[in-house]
Amino acid sequence: MKKLVILGGGTAGTIMATRLNDALDSGEWHITVVDQFETHYYQPGFLFIPFGIYSRSDVMKPKRDFIPSGVEVIFSPIEVIEPNENRVKLDNGTILNYDWLIIATGAKVVPGETEGLADQGWFKDIFDFYTIEGASALQRHLKFWEGGRLVINISEMPIKCPVAPLEFAFLADWWFTEQGIRDKVEIDFVTPLPGAFTRPRASSVLGDILQKKNVNLTPDFSIARVDNDRKKIIDWEEKEIDYDLLVTIPVNMGDAVIARSGMGDDLNFVPTDKQTLQSLKYENIFVIGDATNLPSSKAGSVAHFESDILFENFLAAVEDRPMRAAFDGHANCYIESGFGKGILIDFNYDTEPLPGKYPLPGIGPFSLLEETKMNHYGKVMFRWMYWHLLLRGVELPIESQMLMAGKRL
Amino acid sequence: MATEEIAGHSVEFDTEGFMVDHTLWNEDIAREIAQKEGIGELTERHFDVLKFMRQEFKEKGDGPSIRALKNRGGIPTRELYELFPGGPAKKAARIAGIKKPTGCV
Repeated sequence: MKKLVILGGGTAGTIMATRLNDALDSGEWHITVVDQFETHYYQPGFLFIPFGIYSRSDVMKPKRDFIPSGVEVIFSPIEVIEPNENRVKLDNGTILNYDWLIIATGAKVVPGETEGLADQGWFKDIFDFYTIEGASALQRHLKFWEGGRLVINISEMPIKCPVAPLEFAFLADWWFTEQGIRDKVEIDFVTPLPGAFTRPRASSVLGDILQKKNVNLTPDFSIARVDNDRKKIIDWEEKEIDYDLLVTIPVNMGDAVIARSGMGDDLNFVPTDKQTLQSLKYENIFVIGDATNLPSSKAGSVAHFESDILFENFLAAVEDRPMRAAFDGHANCYIESGFGKGILIDFNYDTEPLPGKYPLPGIGPFSLLEETKMNHYGKVMFRWMYWHLLLRGVELPIESQMLMAGKRL
Repeated sequence: MATEEIAGHSVEFDTEGFMVDHTLWNEDIAREIAQKEGIGELTERHFDVLKFMRQEFKEKGDGPSIRALKNRGGIPTRELYELFPGGPAKKAARIAGIKKPTGCV
Protein backbone atom coordinates (compact mmCIF):
# COMPACT_ATOMS: atom_id res chain seq x y z
CA MET A 1 0.00 0.00 0.00
CA LYS A 2 1.22 3.49 -0.83
CA LYS A 3 0.60 6.06 1.86
CA LEU A 4 -0.61 9.61 1.30
CA VAL A 5 -0.81 11.82 4.38
CA ILE A 6 -2.63 15.15 4.22
CA LEU A 7 -1.84 17.55 7.07
CA GLY A 8 -4.81 19.83 7.68
CA GLY A 9 -8.51 19.24 7.09
CA GLY A 10 -9.50 22.81 6.19
CA THR A 11 -10.65 24.00 2.78
CA ALA A 12 -7.59 22.83 0.81
CA GLY A 13 -7.00 19.58 2.71
CA THR A 14 -10.64 18.53 2.50
CA ILE A 15 -10.92 19.18 -1.24
CA MET A 16 -7.71 17.24 -1.90
CA ALA A 17 -8.79 14.28 0.28
CA THR A 18 -12.12 14.10 -1.53
CA ARG A 19 -10.76 14.38 -5.04
CA LEU A 20 -7.78 12.07 -4.57
CA ASN A 21 -9.92 9.49 -2.79
CA ASP A 22 -12.06 9.35 -5.94
CA ALA A 23 -9.09 9.20 -8.29
CA LEU A 24 -6.66 6.84 -6.54
CA ASP A 25 -7.19 3.08 -6.46
CA SER A 26 -8.34 2.20 -2.94
CA GLY A 27 -6.59 -1.17 -3.22
CA GLU A 28 -3.26 0.58 -3.68
CA TRP A 29 -3.54 3.73 -1.65
CA HIS A 30 -4.18 4.56 1.98
CA ILE A 31 -5.10 8.21 2.60
CA THR A 32 -4.89 9.79 6.05
CA VAL A 33 -5.99 13.30 7.02
CA VAL A 34 -4.64 14.80 10.25
CA ASP A 35 -6.14 17.84 11.95
CA GLN A 36 -6.13 19.07 15.53
CA PHE A 37 -9.68 20.45 15.52
CA GLU A 38 -12.95 18.65 14.84
CA THR A 39 -14.85 21.71 13.62
CA HIS A 40 -14.67 23.09 10.10
CA TYR A 41 -15.17 26.86 10.03
CA TYR A 42 -16.40 28.78 7.01
CA GLN A 43 -13.85 31.53 7.56
CA PRO A 44 -15.28 34.07 5.07
CA GLY A 45 -18.37 34.11 7.32
CA PHE A 46 -16.45 35.46 10.34
CA LEU A 47 -16.69 38.95 8.81
CA PHE A 48 -20.48 38.95 9.24
CA ILE A 49 -20.57 37.80 12.86
CA PRO A 50 -19.66 41.15 14.52
CA PHE A 51 -22.67 42.74 12.78
CA GLY A 52 -25.06 39.94 13.75
CA ILE A 53 -25.64 38.93 10.10
CA TYR A 54 -24.35 35.41 10.70
CA SER A 55 -24.37 33.51 13.95
CA ARG A 56 -21.77 30.96 15.03
CA SER A 57 -23.89 28.07 13.79
CA ASP A 58 -23.88 29.51 10.25
CA VAL A 59 -20.13 29.06 9.98
CA MET A 60 -19.51 25.75 11.81
CA LYS A 61 -19.89 22.13 10.78
CA PRO A 62 -18.12 18.92 11.84
CA LYS A 63 -15.02 18.23 9.69
CA ARG A 64 -15.93 14.54 9.64
CA ASP A 65 -19.01 15.30 7.51
CA PHE A 66 -16.82 16.41 4.63
CA ILE A 67 -14.10 13.77 4.62
CA PRO A 68 -15.06 10.74 2.53
CA SER A 69 -15.52 7.44 4.34
CA GLY A 70 -12.57 5.76 2.58
CA VAL A 71 -10.17 8.26 4.15
CA GLU A 72 -8.74 7.78 7.65
CA VAL A 73 -9.10 10.84 9.87
CA ILE A 74 -6.95 11.43 12.94
CA PHE A 75 -7.74 14.32 15.27
CA SER A 76 -4.49 15.22 16.97
CA PRO A 77 -2.01 18.10 17.00
CA ILE A 78 1.13 17.38 15.00
CA GLU A 79 4.36 17.30 16.95
CA VAL A 80 6.80 17.43 14.06
CA ILE A 81 7.24 16.62 10.37
CA GLU A 82 10.47 14.76 9.59
CA PRO A 83 10.75 15.17 5.82
CA ASN A 84 14.10 13.39 5.57
CA GLU A 85 12.62 10.30 7.26
CA ASN A 86 9.29 10.56 5.36
CA ARG A 87 7.32 10.55 8.59
CA VAL A 88 5.12 12.70 10.78
CA LYS A 89 4.96 12.43 14.57
CA LEU A 90 1.67 13.27 16.22
CA ASP A 91 1.10 14.57 19.76
CA ASN A 92 -0.87 11.45 20.59
CA GLY A 93 2.25 9.33 20.02
CA THR A 94 1.30 8.00 16.60
CA ILE A 95 4.02 7.91 13.97
CA LEU A 96 2.75 8.19 10.39
CA ASN A 97 5.09 7.07 7.63
CA TYR A 98 4.27 8.40 4.19
CA ASP A 99 5.24 8.03 0.55
CA TRP A 100 3.63 11.34 -0.34
CA LEU A 101 2.73 14.29 1.87
CA ILE A 102 0.39 17.21 1.23
CA ILE A 103 0.80 20.13 3.64
CA ALA A 104 -2.40 22.13 4.08
CA THR A 105 -1.88 23.47 7.58
CA GLY A 106 -3.09 26.98 6.77
CA ALA A 107 -2.31 30.31 8.39
CA LYS A 108 -3.45 31.86 11.63
CA VAL A 109 -3.40 35.20 13.39
CA VAL A 110 -0.68 35.66 16.00
CA PRO A 111 -1.49 38.77 18.10
CA GLY A 112 1.48 38.03 20.39
CA GLU A 113 3.83 39.09 17.57
CA THR A 114 2.97 42.77 18.15
CA GLU A 115 4.01 44.40 21.44
CA GLY A 116 1.02 45.24 23.63
CA LEU A 117 -1.61 43.87 21.26
CA ALA A 118 -2.65 40.80 23.25
CA ASP A 119 -2.40 42.68 26.56
CA GLN A 120 -4.95 44.08 29.02
CA GLY A 121 -7.08 45.60 26.24
CA TRP A 122 -7.48 42.30 24.36
CA PHE A 123 -11.18 41.54 23.93
CA LYS A 124 -12.02 44.69 25.98
CA ASP A 125 -11.39 47.44 23.45
CA ILE A 126 -9.14 45.50 21.07
CA PHE A 127 -10.61 42.69 18.93
CA ASP A 128 -9.79 40.60 15.89
CA PHE A 129 -12.43 39.13 13.58
CA TYR A 130 -10.26 36.40 12.04
CA THR A 131 -11.14 33.90 14.78
CA ILE A 132 -14.55 32.70 15.93
CA GLU A 133 -13.68 33.89 19.45
CA GLY A 134 -12.68 37.37 18.28
CA ALA A 135 -15.64 37.80 15.94
CA SER A 136 -18.11 36.70 18.66
CA ALA A 137 -16.54 38.91 21.34
CA LEU A 138 -16.64 41.87 18.97
CA GLN A 139 -20.32 41.23 18.24
CA ARG A 140 -21.11 41.42 21.97
CA HIS A 141 -19.01 44.58 22.33
CA LEU A 142 -20.57 46.38 19.34
CA LYS A 143 -24.08 45.80 20.69
CA PHE A 144 -23.34 48.14 23.58
CA TRP A 145 -20.82 50.49 21.98
CA GLU A 146 -22.02 54.07 21.84
CA GLY A 147 -19.52 55.42 19.36
CA GLY A 148 -16.09 57.01 19.21
CA ARG A 149 -13.00 56.34 17.15
CA LEU A 150 -12.98 52.95 15.44
CA VAL A 151 -9.54 52.07 14.09
CA ILE A 152 -9.16 49.13 11.71
CA ASN A 153 -5.48 48.18 11.51
CA ILE A 154 -3.59 45.66 9.38
CA SER A 155 -0.40 44.72 11.24
CA GLU A 156 1.70 43.28 8.44
CA MET A 157 1.23 41.70 5.02
CA PRO A 158 0.51 39.03 3.89
CA ILE A 159 -2.86 38.36 5.54
CA LYS A 160 -5.64 35.90 4.80
CA CYS A 161 -8.28 37.43 2.54
CA PRO A 162 -6.62 40.84 1.98
CA VAL A 163 -10.00 42.42 1.16
CA ALA A 164 -11.68 41.45 4.46
CA PRO A 165 -10.43 44.51 6.40
CA LEU A 166 -11.93 46.77 3.72
CA GLU A 167 -15.19 44.84 3.87
CA PHE A 168 -15.17 45.33 7.63
CA ALA A 169 -14.86 49.11 7.10
CA PHE A 170 -17.70 49.15 4.53
CA LEU A 171 -19.98 47.03 6.72
CA ALA A 172 -19.16 49.12 9.80
CA ASP A 173 -20.26 52.25 7.92
CA TRP A 174 -23.53 50.52 6.97
CA TRP A 175 -24.12 49.01 10.43
CA PHE A 176 -23.55 52.23 12.40
CA THR A 177 -25.88 54.01 9.95
CA GLU A 178 -28.54 51.36 10.65
CA GLN A 179 -28.02 51.81 14.39
CA GLY A 180 -28.50 55.55 13.99
CA ILE A 181 -25.08 56.39 15.44
CA ARG A 182 -22.95 56.84 12.29
CA ASP A 183 -22.48 60.54 13.20
CA LYS A 184 -20.96 59.46 16.53
CA VAL A 185 -18.42 57.11 14.95
CA GLU A 186 -15.20 58.05 13.22
CA ILE A 187 -13.79 55.19 11.13
CA ASP A 188 -10.05 55.02 10.42
CA PHE A 189 -8.48 52.47 8.09
CA VAL A 190 -4.79 52.15 8.96
CA THR A 191 -2.62 49.98 6.73
CA PRO A 192 1.06 49.28 6.05
CA LEU A 193 0.26 49.34 2.31
CA PRO A 194 0.72 52.53 0.26
CA GLY A 195 -3.04 52.56 -0.48
CA ALA A 196 -6.34 50.78 0.16
CA PHE A 197 -5.27 47.55 -1.56
CA THR A 198 -2.24 45.75 -2.94
CA ARG A 199 -2.72 46.45 -6.66
CA PRO A 200 -2.98 49.93 -8.26
CA ARG A 201 -6.36 49.93 -10.06
CA ALA A 202 -8.25 48.10 -7.34
CA SER A 203 -6.49 50.29 -4.80
CA SER A 204 -7.78 53.43 -6.46
CA VAL A 205 -11.38 52.13 -6.89
CA LEU A 206 -11.53 50.82 -3.32
CA GLY A 207 -9.87 53.98 -2.00
CA ASP A 208 -12.61 56.05 -3.65
CA ILE A 209 -15.29 53.90 -2.03
CA LEU A 210 -13.67 54.38 1.39
CA GLN A 211 -13.76 58.12 0.83
CA LYS A 212 -17.40 58.03 -0.30
CA LYS A 213 -18.26 56.18 2.90
CA ASN A 214 -16.38 58.72 4.98
CA VAL A 215 -13.67 56.32 6.13
CA ASN A 216 -10.25 57.93 6.70
CA LEU A 217 -7.34 56.11 5.09
CA THR A 218 -3.89 56.16 6.72
CA PRO A 219 -1.39 54.34 4.46
CA ASP A 220 2.25 53.41 5.13
CA PHE A 221 1.67 52.73 8.84
CA SER A 222 3.66 49.73 10.14
CA ILE A 223 2.53 49.10 13.70
CA ALA A 224 5.31 48.68 16.27
CA ARG A 225 3.27 48.55 19.48
CA VAL A 226 0.01 49.28 21.26
CA ASP A 227 -0.15 51.59 24.27
CA ASN A 228 -3.10 50.07 26.13
CA ASP A 229 -3.31 52.83 28.78
CA ARG A 230 -3.24 55.79 26.42
CA LYS A 231 -5.24 53.86 23.77
CA LYS A 232 -2.85 54.50 20.93
CA ILE A 233 -1.26 52.44 18.20
CA ILE A 234 2.28 53.56 17.43
CA ASP A 235 4.34 52.79 14.33
CA TRP A 236 8.10 52.27 13.95
CA GLU A 237 8.61 55.96 13.26
CA GLU A 238 6.68 56.94 16.41
CA LYS A 239 3.57 58.11 14.56
CA GLU A 240 0.60 57.73 16.94
CA ILE A 241 -3.07 57.04 16.23
CA ASP A 242 -5.76 57.19 18.95
CA TYR A 243 -8.50 54.60 19.19
CA ASP A 244 -11.56 53.95 21.31
CA LEU A 245 -12.13 50.62 19.61
CA LEU A 246 -9.31 48.85 17.81
CA VAL A 247 -10.18 46.14 15.30
CA THR A 248 -6.86 44.54 14.48
CA ILE A 249 -5.75 42.13 11.81
CA PRO A 250 -2.80 40.62 13.69
CA VAL A 251 0.29 39.21 12.01
CA ASN A 252 -0.63 36.08 10.01
CA MET A 253 1.73 33.13 10.22
CA GLY A 254 1.88 29.55 9.07
CA ASP A 255 1.33 26.85 11.69
CA ALA A 256 3.94 26.52 14.44
CA VAL A 257 4.55 22.88 13.41
CA ILE A 258 6.19 24.20 10.23
CA ALA A 259 8.70 26.13 12.35
CA ARG A 260 9.24 23.14 14.68
CA SER A 261 10.00 21.03 11.61
CA GLY A 262 12.45 23.58 10.20
CA MET A 263 10.45 23.79 6.98
CA GLY A 264 9.28 27.40 6.87
CA ASP A 265 10.36 30.93 6.03
CA ASP A 266 10.34 33.80 8.53
CA LEU A 267 6.54 33.64 8.77
CA ASN A 268 6.40 29.81 8.90
CA PHE A 269 5.16 29.58 5.31
CA VAL A 270 6.56 26.65 3.31
CA PRO A 271 8.74 27.52 0.29
CA THR A 272 6.71 26.16 -2.64
CA ASP A 273 7.08 26.13 -6.42
CA LYS A 274 4.65 28.86 -7.49
CA GLN A 275 3.52 26.90 -10.54
CA THR A 276 3.66 23.18 -9.69
CA LEU A 277 2.87 23.54 -5.94
CA GLN A 278 5.63 21.06 -5.11
CA SER A 279 7.81 21.81 -2.09
CA LEU A 280 11.02 23.48 -3.25
CA LYS A 281 13.04 21.14 -1.08
CA TYR A 282 11.30 17.75 -1.06
CA GLU A 283 10.05 16.01 -4.17
CA ASN A 284 7.42 13.93 -2.40
CA ILE A 285 5.84 16.90 -0.62
CA PHE A 286 3.22 19.24 -2.05
CA VAL A 287 1.88 22.37 -0.37
CA ILE A 288 -1.51 24.01 -0.89
CA GLY A 289 -3.59 26.92 0.39
CA ASP A 290 -2.53 29.41 3.04
CA ALA A 291 0.42 27.22 4.13
CA THR A 292 2.47 28.10 1.01
CA ASN A 293 4.77 31.08 0.58
CA LEU A 294 3.30 31.83 -2.88
CA PRO A 295 2.95 35.51 -3.82
CA SER A 296 -0.81 34.98 -4.31
CA SER A 297 -3.67 35.95 -2.02
CA LYS A 298 -4.35 33.72 0.95
CA ALA A 299 -7.99 32.88 0.32
CA GLY A 300 -10.38 29.97 -0.11
CA SER A 301 -10.84 30.74 -3.80
CA VAL A 302 -7.07 30.45 -4.28
CA ALA A 303 -6.97 27.11 -2.42
CA HIS A 304 -9.82 25.94 -4.65
CA PHE A 305 -8.10 26.98 -7.90
CA GLU A 306 -4.85 25.44 -6.64
CA SER A 307 -6.64 22.15 -5.97
CA ASP A 308 -7.23 21.68 -9.73
CA ILE A 309 -3.53 22.16 -10.38
CA LEU A 310 -2.36 20.01 -7.47
CA PHE A 311 -4.77 17.24 -8.42
CA GLU A 312 -3.27 16.96 -11.91
CA ASN A 313 0.33 17.34 -10.79
CA PHE A 314 -0.05 14.86 -7.94
CA LEU A 315 -1.41 12.17 -10.28
CA ALA A 316 1.45 12.89 -12.68
CA ALA A 317 4.12 12.83 -9.98
CA VAL A 318 3.05 9.50 -8.44
CA GLU A 319 3.26 7.89 -11.89
CA ASP A 320 6.58 9.57 -12.60
CA ARG A 321 5.10 11.60 -15.44
CA PRO A 322 6.18 15.25 -15.92
CA MET A 323 3.99 17.77 -14.09
CA ARG A 324 2.31 19.95 -16.67
CA ALA A 325 -0.27 21.93 -14.71
CA ALA A 326 0.91 25.39 -13.70
CA PHE A 327 -0.84 27.62 -11.18
CA ASP A 328 -1.19 31.23 -12.35
CA GLY A 329 -1.98 32.80 -8.96
CA HIS A 330 -5.68 33.14 -9.79
CA ALA A 331 -7.82 34.71 -7.05
CA ASN A 332 -11.46 35.71 -7.10
CA CYS A 333 -12.94 37.72 -4.24
CA TYR A 334 -16.37 39.06 -3.47
CA ILE A 335 -16.08 42.27 -1.50
CA GLU A 336 -19.14 43.07 0.56
CA SER A 337 -19.53 46.85 0.45
CA GLY A 338 -22.59 47.41 2.65
CA PHE A 339 -26.21 48.48 1.95
CA GLY A 340 -26.83 45.23 0.02
CA LYS A 341 -24.10 45.75 -2.53
CA GLY A 342 -20.83 44.09 -3.38
CA ILE A 343 -17.78 44.34 -5.60
CA LEU A 344 -16.04 41.44 -7.34
CA ILE A 345 -12.37 41.24 -8.24
CA ASP A 346 -10.60 38.58 -10.33
CA PHE A 347 -6.82 38.57 -10.77
CA ASN A 348 -3.62 36.50 -10.81
CA TYR A 349 0.16 36.78 -10.31
CA ASP A 350 0.60 39.02 -13.36
CA THR A 351 -2.76 40.66 -14.02
CA GLU A 352 -4.17 43.13 -11.51
CA PRO A 353 -7.95 43.31 -10.89
CA LEU A 354 -9.62 44.91 -13.93
CA PRO A 355 -13.17 46.04 -14.67
CA GLY A 356 -15.46 43.83 -16.81
CA LYS A 357 -18.01 41.00 -16.48
CA TYR A 358 -17.67 37.58 -14.79
CA PRO A 359 -17.79 34.61 -15.29
CA LEU A 360 -19.38 34.99 -18.74
CA PRO A 361 -17.54 37.62 -20.81
CA GLY A 362 -19.81 40.58 -21.64
CA ILE A 363 -22.76 39.02 -19.78
CA GLY A 364 -21.83 38.44 -16.16
CA PRO A 365 -24.03 38.20 -14.16
CA PHE A 366 -21.32 39.65 -11.94
CA SER A 367 -19.53 42.95 -12.55
CA LEU A 368 -15.83 43.26 -11.87
CA LEU A 369 -14.43 46.17 -9.86
CA GLU A 370 -17.87 47.77 -9.63
CA GLU A 371 -20.45 48.01 -6.84
CA THR A 372 -23.65 46.09 -7.70
CA LYS A 373 -26.49 44.29 -5.92
CA MET A 374 -25.82 41.14 -7.99
CA ASN A 375 -22.27 40.91 -6.63
CA HIS A 376 -23.72 40.96 -3.12
CA TYR A 377 -26.06 38.07 -3.99
CA GLY A 378 -23.01 36.19 -5.31
CA LYS A 379 -21.38 36.52 -1.92
CA VAL A 380 -24.54 35.46 -0.07
CA MET A 381 -24.94 32.44 -2.36
CA PHE A 382 -21.33 31.49 -1.99
CA ARG A 383 -21.72 30.13 1.55
CA TRP A 384 -24.16 27.54 0.26
CA MET A 385 -21.84 26.71 -2.63
CA TYR A 386 -18.92 26.36 -0.21
CA TRP A 387 -20.58 23.78 2.02
CA HIS A 388 -22.40 21.86 -0.72
CA LEU A 389 -20.18 22.01 -3.80
CA LEU A 390 -16.71 23.40 -3.22
CA LEU A 391 -15.72 21.34 -0.15
CA ARG A 392 -17.18 18.22 -1.74
CA GLY A 393 -14.89 18.63 -4.75
CA VAL A 394 -17.78 19.19 -7.17
CA GLU A 395 -16.69 20.97 -10.38
CA LEU A 396 -17.82 24.60 -10.34
CA PRO A 397 -18.64 26.43 -13.58
CA ILE A 398 -15.57 28.64 -13.23
CA GLU A 399 -12.06 28.17 -14.59
CA SER A 400 -9.07 27.61 -12.31
CA GLN A 401 -6.93 29.67 -14.72
CA MET A 402 -7.75 33.37 -14.90
CA LEU A 403 -9.25 34.46 -18.23
CA MET A 404 -8.71 37.82 -19.90
CA ALA A 405 -12.00 37.50 -21.82
CA GLY A 406 -14.59 39.87 -20.35
CA LYS A 407 -11.99 42.16 -18.83
CA ARG A 408 -11.41 45.76 -19.92
CA LEU A 409 -7.83 47.04 -19.97
CA MET B 1 13.83 52.24 -17.35
CA ALA B 2 16.32 55.04 -16.94
CA THR B 3 20.09 55.14 -17.20
CA GLU B 4 21.93 57.42 -14.82
CA GLU B 5 25.52 58.39 -14.29
CA ILE B 6 26.34 57.24 -10.74
CA ALA B 7 29.81 57.41 -9.18
CA GLY B 8 31.41 57.35 -12.60
CA HIS B 9 29.37 54.40 -13.87
CA SER B 10 26.37 54.36 -16.12
CA VAL B 11 23.76 52.44 -14.16
CA GLU B 12 20.32 51.30 -15.33
CA PHE B 13 17.28 51.59 -13.02
CA ASP B 14 13.77 50.15 -13.39
CA THR B 15 10.66 52.36 -13.20
CA GLU B 16 10.59 52.10 -9.41
CA GLY B 17 14.22 53.05 -8.98
CA PHE B 18 15.77 49.61 -8.39
CA MET B 19 19.04 48.72 -10.10
CA VAL B 20 18.53 46.36 -13.04
CA ASP B 21 21.92 44.64 -12.74
CA HIS B 22 22.98 44.06 -9.15
CA THR B 23 26.48 42.93 -10.19
CA LEU B 24 27.41 46.53 -11.12
CA TRP B 25 26.92 47.63 -7.51
CA ASN B 26 29.76 48.97 -5.41
CA GLU B 27 30.01 50.97 -2.21
CA ASP B 28 30.45 54.29 -4.01
CA ILE B 29 27.28 53.70 -6.00
CA ALA B 30 25.52 52.86 -2.73
CA ARG B 31 26.72 56.14 -1.17
CA GLU B 32 25.39 58.15 -4.05
CA ILE B 33 21.99 56.42 -4.15
CA ALA B 34 21.76 56.93 -0.38
CA GLN B 35 22.15 60.69 -0.88
CA LYS B 36 19.30 60.66 -3.41
CA GLU B 37 17.11 58.63 -1.07
CA GLY B 38 17.71 61.20 1.65
CA ILE B 39 19.61 58.82 3.93
CA GLY B 40 22.79 60.89 4.03
CA GLU B 41 26.22 59.45 4.93
CA LEU B 42 26.29 55.67 5.17
CA THR B 43 27.81 54.22 8.35
CA GLU B 44 29.26 50.78 8.96
CA ARG B 45 25.90 49.73 10.38
CA HIS B 46 24.17 50.75 7.13
CA PHE B 47 26.62 48.57 5.26
CA ASP B 48 25.86 45.62 7.58
CA VAL B 49 22.24 45.85 6.41
CA LEU B 50 23.18 46.29 2.76
CA LYS B 51 25.57 43.35 2.80
CA PHE B 52 23.01 41.05 4.41
CA MET B 53 20.45 42.12 1.82
CA ARG B 54 22.82 41.43 -1.07
CA GLN B 55 23.80 38.07 0.37
CA GLU B 56 20.14 37.03 0.76
CA PHE B 57 19.39 38.23 -2.74
CA LYS B 58 22.25 36.18 -4.18
CA GLU B 59 21.18 33.06 -2.28
CA LYS B 60 17.41 33.28 -2.74
CA GLY B 61 16.85 35.57 -5.69
CA ASP B 62 14.78 37.88 -3.50
CA GLY B 63 15.59 40.58 -0.96
CA PRO B 64 14.79 39.93 2.71
CA SER B 65 11.70 41.21 4.53
CA ILE B 66 12.02 43.42 7.61
CA ARG B 67 11.22 40.29 9.62
CA ALA B 68 14.06 38.36 7.96
CA LEU B 69 16.45 41.24 8.67
CA LYS B 70 15.46 40.99 12.33
CA ASN B 71 15.43 37.18 12.65
CA ARG B 72 18.45 36.27 10.59
CA GLY B 73 20.30 39.50 9.91
CA GLY B 74 20.40 40.49 13.58
CA ILE B 75 19.08 43.99 12.89
CA PRO B 76 16.31 45.06 15.29
CA THR B 77 13.37 46.61 13.46
CA ARG B 78 13.56 49.84 15.44
CA GLU B 79 17.20 50.31 14.42
CA LEU B 80 16.38 49.50 10.82
CA TYR B 81 13.81 52.32 10.75
CA GLU B 82 16.39 54.65 12.31
CA LEU B 83 18.95 53.74 9.67
CA PHE B 84 16.56 53.94 6.72
CA PRO B 85 13.61 56.14 7.70
CA GLY B 86 10.50 56.07 5.50
CA GLY B 87 10.11 52.47 4.30
CA PRO B 88 13.35 50.66 5.15
CA ALA B 89 12.87 47.45 3.12
CA LYS B 90 12.35 49.40 -0.10
CA LYS B 91 14.94 52.10 0.49
CA ALA B 92 17.64 49.71 1.66
CA ALA B 93 16.96 47.44 -1.34
CA ARG B 94 17.43 50.43 -3.69
CA ILE B 95 20.70 51.35 -2.01
CA ALA B 96 21.82 47.70 -1.94
CA GLY B 97 21.38 47.59 -5.71
CA ILE B 98 18.98 44.63 -5.67
CA LYS B 99 15.51 44.19 -7.18
CA LYS B 100 12.40 45.20 -5.28
CA PRO B 101 11.73 42.48 -2.66
CA THR B 102 8.50 40.60 -3.44
CA GLY B 103 7.36 41.18 0.14
CA CYS B 104 7.09 44.92 -0.66
CA VAL B 105 3.94 45.85 -2.50
